[in-house]
Amino acid sequence: MLQSHQLTFSYAPTKRFAFPDIRCNDREAVLILGKSGTGKTTLLHLLALLLRPENGSVTIDQTDLTQLPPAKTATFRAAHVGIIYQKPHFVSALSVMDNLLLANYLAKNPQDKNRARELAAHLGFADHLSKKTHQMSQGEQQRVSIARAVMNKPGVILADEPTSSLDDVNCARVVALLREQSEQIGASLIVVTHDQRLKDEFSNQVIL
Amino acid sequence: MNLFKISWANLKDKPLSSFLSGLLMTLGITIISLLLLLNKQLDEQFSRNVKGIDMVLGAKGSPLQLILSSIYQIDSPTGNIPLEDAERLTRNPMIKTAIPLSMGDSYKTFRIVGTNKKYVDHFEATVGQGALFQKDLEVTIGARVAETTGLKLGDTFAGSHGLDGNGEEHGETKYKVVGIFNPNSSVIDQLILTPLSSVWAIHEHHEEHEGEEHEGEAHTDEDPDHEAEAPREITSMLVKFRNPMGMMVARGINDNSKLLAALPAIEINRLFDLLGIGVDTLRGLAVAIMLIAGISVFVSLYNSLKERKYEMALMLSMGAGRTQLFGMLLLEGLTLSLIGFLLGLVLSRIGLLLFSMRAERNFHYSLNNLNILPEEWLVLGVAVLIGIVAAALPALGVYRMNISQTLAEE
Repeated sequence: MLQSHQLTFSYAPTKRFAFPDIRCNDREAVLILGKSGTGKTTLLHLLALLLRPENGSVTIDQTDLTQLPPAKTATFRAAHVGIIYQKPHFVSALSVMDNLLLANYLAKNPQDKNRARELAAHLGFADHLSKKTHQMSQGEQQRVSIARAVMNKPGVILADEPTSSLDDVNCARVVALLREQSEQIGASLIVVTHDQRLKDEFSNQVIL
Repeated sequence: MNLFKISWANLKDKPLSSFLSGLLMTLGITIISLLLLLNKQLDEQFSRNVKGIDMVLGAKGSPLQLILSSIYQIDSPTGNIPLEDAERLTRNPMIKTAIPLSMGDSYKTFRIVGTNKKYVDHFEATVGQGALFQKDLEVTIGARVAETTGLKLGDTFAGSHGLDGNGEEHGETKYKVVGIFNPNSSVIDQLILTPLSSVWAIHEHHEEHEGEEHEGEAHTDEDPDHEAEAPREITSMLVKFRNPMGMMVARGINDNSKLLAALPAIEINRLFDLLGIGVDTLRGLAVAIMLIAGISVFVSLYNSLKERKYEMALMLSMGAGRTQLFGMLLLEGLTLSLIGFLLGLVLSRIGLLLFSMRAERNFHYSLNNLNILPEEWLVLGVAVLIGIVAAALPALGVYRMNISQTLAEE
């Protein structure tokens, strides 16, 4: 469960954002639509506490992130939040399998190879586990990021423009997989995008 | 999956720049290790053989050459001196012992040295098989001579003139092996020892063919072992003083006689001073190479960190601590240093063995103590320090990184 309350953030006095409140229950999905420059990524970073808000609060599973000391936010984020970025980024020196296990390792969870294999089979890149990530197509890479985001079975999945660099076929597939995976682990899914193709896929929408 | 694995994967992902950094580190450490090894072993060899010899008496010429030829058996002798003169000059209360040496012949490049039992006692050599030489043309051979030439007790061989093994053979008169020394790591290992009189006997015989070129008289009364007509000449005499005042004797000899008295302590110091310039230069070069290795680690990490900035931000967003990532980057520098150190140790040993093979062929000295020297732990410390500092400078950027901004930039 994720809930935000009166979030504001400013990069400079003239560039100030005030965001609408967002609420997303477990197994639900919220689409946040907005043109570029409306602070979509900023909002997502605030929800993940990669940025500290000026005012307001973010609550994930009854924990108010803004009250956590900075040292604990990283640990909390690793355990409770899975993030999918616009461009799929990985540790390029590591194989696909190791990139998945990295999520476990950095969250200090046991490294679950079986879960990685299951996810890979389910998301359709089981043959690529020993490859480097840059040897895969964009669509495949985005599916690996989904797998990475759910490796630790987080309560919240945040996706930043997950489909913007994908064609229609891959776009539909990635969205379907995102929803399916987050429902499977009972997570709240929040997708931030300007991609109009996603409009019809989500019933809960917030317009920035 | 752990930090070390990620570091290692990063190094492998940039094989060329890792290779260059590792290579430079290896090269620097190889040179330093090799210098340390050579220095130590040469020093050991030199001091072991010079022990207890305070002065060498020989023909006028270069004092260093006299020392090298008479004590270490590596240079050619300066020439011969009349035994009579040498004995007269060493009949001095300041002088405790004087060991005559006579050389000029060799067998398969091993020098045949005419001397007496005092020489053997001086180096504390013990006879392993057979007995010590007693009569003319009997020889006792050093352990390495036996090993290399395959000479056994009772074998006979003809020496050849000169020390390089290419000289004319003294075919008519043959030496007989009566004993083999135990190995004792001194110059004796590589020598064929025979009574002084053998050398005279051989050369009288020989000189009849070549025509007499020196003059001299027999002193049969002085040396009862001897019945030769020819001049009694020796190459040099190793002298031990009764007390340090003996140095005065040396000055007296150099000022007032045709002979040369050389003091090993002084000459060897001079030799090491000469070598030292080269050694210091090389050492400076090696340190410079190691520093360049450090700079190379710095540059390649700095460049790859620019490319990997997003990766770092990603790992931070996934729960990695900044110190954890800093440690991971240090580990990359450290790994290169350690690889460089290990390869450097191995290569320096290979270098030493090659050098030793050459030294053995040319001088019959072998330098093959491959143990790790205490100084090399110091080199390890320096290498590790260079690796860590070189990695730490760019890695500090991890602490300044703005995660959100870096992730949003892309």
